[in-house]
Amino acid sequence: MKVAVHTTENNLHTHSFDIEGGNFSNAGSVSTRIKSILKQIGLPDDVVRKSAIVCYEAEINVVSYAKKGKIILTVTPKTIEIEVVDEGPGIPNIELAMKQGYSTANQHIREMGFGAGMGLHNIKTYSDTFNISSEVDKGTFLKMIINAQ
Amino acid sequence: MKLRQVQEILKADFVVGQEKLDMEVKTAFGADLMSDVLAFAKAGSLLLTGLTNTQVIRIANVLDIAAIILVRGKKPSAEAIELAKDLQIPILTTKYILFETAGRLYAEGIVGCLEKVESSSAHN
Repeated sequence: MKVAVHTTENNLHTHSFDIEGGNFSNAGSVSTRIKSILKQIGLPDDVVRKSAIVCYEAEINVVSYAKKGKIILTVTPKTIEIEVVDEGPGIPNIELAMKQGYSTANQHIREMGFGAGMGLHNIKTYSDTFNISSEVDKGTFLKMIINAQ
Repeated sequence: MKLRQVQEILKADFVVGQEKLDMEVKTAFGADLMSDVLAFAKAGSLLLTGLTNTQVIRIANVLDIAAIILVRGKKPSAEAIELAKDLQIPILTTKYILFETAGRLYAEGIVGCLEKVESSSAHN
């Protein structure tokens, strides 16, 4: 896993993590890393937990559907920003994809216990701010903000 | 209730985390659908499940699950055991089926981490 860390004046931390599409044995490892980073910073448990859930759902989506992707974590004094960008099939109908129970998961994904059509909805539930945009045959971009207190 | 009592009630074996025998638990969530675990399970709860892949361990970590109880005599993979050790998540395995596991714990005072889902959104 390639990890880049930058520290700037305004941001406490920016980390960028690569995700490999289709690699289920490694799926979730970025979220585990992000969780431990946020814990180390000393953020409250529920903030760490919300951020980790959001990351994990997004990471599983990238592994399940995209060729590759990236999660960029930016921690500021007031917020945790999680951006997820992937190169993949994109989402033709975002409104439909956001609906609980709607899923395009294949059998392999379902056998692992996923693909119930809860992911994007769950991401929205746990984020204080949620943005999604997608282009068919290009990829999907998510930006989630979780307030630090 | 302490994790040691959970072990006794379920006649369970520790696979990982025997050192956490004295950890206190009050609530549980049970499902084989990881999508639902992510949506509904709460921090500090027991996770009762029949799924044994590494994602169960990752999800338990993400959600701050107290311990994983594998039902129906399931054994985790070597990879899952290593990950659980790294992330310090106890795993117990019991021969009871999910229904019996939940019933026996409930009878002794463990309650659901939520009683029911909200009708409007199926989320709380």
